[in-house]
Amino acid sequence: MKPSLPSKAALIPADWRDSGSSARGRYSYAFLDEGAKREIRRKMLKAVAIPGCQVPFGSREMPIARGWGTGGLQLTLALIGPDDVLKVIDQGSDDSVNAVNIKKFVRQVTGVTVTTDTRAATLIQTRHRIPEEPLRPHQLLIFQVPIPEPLRLVEPSERETRRMHAEADYSRMWLYLYEDIVKFNEITVAARYPVLVNRRHLMDPSPIPRWDVAKLNQGEALCLFCAGREKRIYAVPPHTEVAPLSFEDFAFRVEEFGERRCGRCGSTGTYLDEVIDDATGRRTYSCSDTAYCEKIRKRGGATRPGGSGEAPS
Amino acid sequence: MGYVAVKGGAAAIENAEKFSLVRRAGGASALLKPEQIREQLHFAVDRVMGEGSLYAPDLAALAFKQAAGDTFEAAFILRSYRTTLPRLGYAEPIGTDGMRVIRRISAAFKDIPGGQILGPTPDYTLRLLNFDLQEESSSRTRQQIRQLFQDAQRQDPLPERFPKVVEMLRREGLLETRRRGSGGGDGLVDITRQALSFPAPRSAQLQTLARGETGGLLALAYSNMRGYGSVHPVIGELRVGFLPVSYKNPLSGSIERLGEIQVTEAEVISRIAAAEGSALFSLGYGLCFGHNETKAIAMAVLDRAMACEEPAAPSEDQEFVLTHVDGIESMGFCNHYKLPHYVTFQSELDRLRNIQTGQRPTEETRS
Repeated sequence: MKPSLPSKAALIPADWRDSGSSARGRYSYAFLDEGAKREIRRKMLKAVAIPGCQVPFGSREMPIARGWGTGGLQLTLALIGPDDVLKVIDQGSDDSVNAVNIKKFVRQVTGVTVTTDTRAATLIQTRHRIPEEPLRPHQLLIFQVPIPEPLRLVEPSERETRRMHAEADYSRMWLYLYEDIVKFNEITVAARYPVLVNRRHLMDPSPIPRWDVAKLNQGEALCLFCAGREKRIYAVPPHTEVAPLSFEDFAFRVEEFGERRCGRCGSTGTYLDEVIDDATGRRTYSCSDTAYCEKIRKRGGATRPGGSGEAPS
Repeated sequence: MGYVAVKGGAAAIENAEKFSLVRRAGGASALLKPEQIREQLHFAVDRVMGEGSLYAPDLAALAFKQAAGDTFEAAFILRSYRTTLPRLGYAEPIGTDGMRVIRRISAAFKDIPGGQILGPTPDYTLRLLNFDLQEESSSRTRQQIRQLFQDAQRQDPLPERFPKVVEMLRREGLLETRRRGSGGGDGLVDITRQALSFPAPRSAQLQTLARGETGGLLALAYSNMRGYGSVHPVIGELRVGFLPVSYKNPLSGSIERLGEIQVTEAEVISRIAAAEGSALFSLGYGLCFGHNETKAIAMAVLDRAMACEEPAAPSEDQEFVLTHVDGIESMGFCNHYKLPHYVTFQSELDRLRNIQTGQRPTEETRS
């Protein structure tokens, strides 16, 4: 009954095999079995070939809970090689407990180098943010996705939303936005703003703020999205048009920070977290991208609006 | 300690793990052995195996210990272990009429061929707190068990096979025949290898229900029984027992027996809505690992409910049922709301403040 696969040992880099962690002897390199990795890679290729289209896949159970990044983690594990340098962020922060936990797990089963430096990373797994520093070719950005279906807002049934995508019938989404404007003189969709990819597929960009949506458009890096619980993979390849739904007379707008700047590094061109001071009750702001903030601070702080000048404009 | 944006997240996680250890094992009592759990908390073990979708009593007991009695968590641990196991092949189909039965009842007939076998059930026990168990004497309990076995030897042995009750109805032509592979191909679908699509083939429906969370299945099935639905179930047959698992040796072609699994099987009968032609009975089928009658019956009711052509209630809509009964998925997603969401909340704040002030800035910042 021996399966005719290459032995596990042959697939595992030698330095990984010999290292001490108890998880390493017990599980395959990068946790997933090779069959699972191959399936996930194939589905990613399909997703890249049809930008913005959701590709179903046999999502595996992970040792972290559903909804906590099992989709992003499966892509990371299916892609990561021993030479990769990994960065994991949650809400823009490298030190958020869930990001730390995911990093710890991937290190345990691969032994790869981890970094907080966006520039140094070859593979970045993220929840809810795109780093402030522009990504470069050959970098991979992997998004954790809770709800992959942008049309879920207007239609609960999967059967129906699949039909709507097939027919590019997005009228109900447009209508939803229009009705918002009529009722509130504003679109109420805050994060997870629906975007049209390659002028064909409506896509959920994951719950990134509207601030980050522009970074998806004509980017340099390959963006991969995965929802483990909902079992869907989709992608935005480099140099692909990604446009938020927007009306000619009511344009898409990102979050407003006015003249506010980061209290730590002084940047003004970044997405800010609002923090309420315990003692004074005063509202302060700091960069959500903590690694970027740290970098600017080390350089002596931002001296002019736009931080280092590398922030997207 | 804050749970984000503070250096030291790793240390906080390690400490959280240590505190959990204190909660589980910090008391004065002797530490539980997994074998005690496997033998004495067998309903919990069965539930964990069913929802964890892996028949492994020892590992399920271990998971239950590790999870300190949280069945969601234990099933989750077992499932994420399962996912690392290689898929070597598929067992031969098993006919449940060959079940080594420990319990078998029918609510549809007073007497059935082979007889009603109550077996081990607390159904008719008064639910009074048994204070004797506080200081249970192991010698007295063992004496009781010995006596039981002595008495049992004087009884006639159970028959090898029990005929299926619903077969009698089928022979009479009273049962509706299900269309094969309704909604999909004829081959078996494995939902752990292929994402569900709708309409889902019956094999995918049953697999999803069999892995479903007991409470989730119960809530949906109960909604149907109570009135949000049209299944008026009669339990044609409920069985608890052991089934042999066989595997066809791919080299020699011979069938080899691997062992047995304990399962609970429920077949519920419901009259089909008399839309056209003569009235018929139709069947709902439930089967799950271990001894879990609530789950098997709820599953059978939902299987029957989802066969409705035009769903009129949530429990009759297969997409609604199948996408919400998985315990690992629903509990994971429910708990993920504990993760920080302040980036998206900031975005919400921005929208709300804009709406409240009624001011839409004229200049476009970015597009």
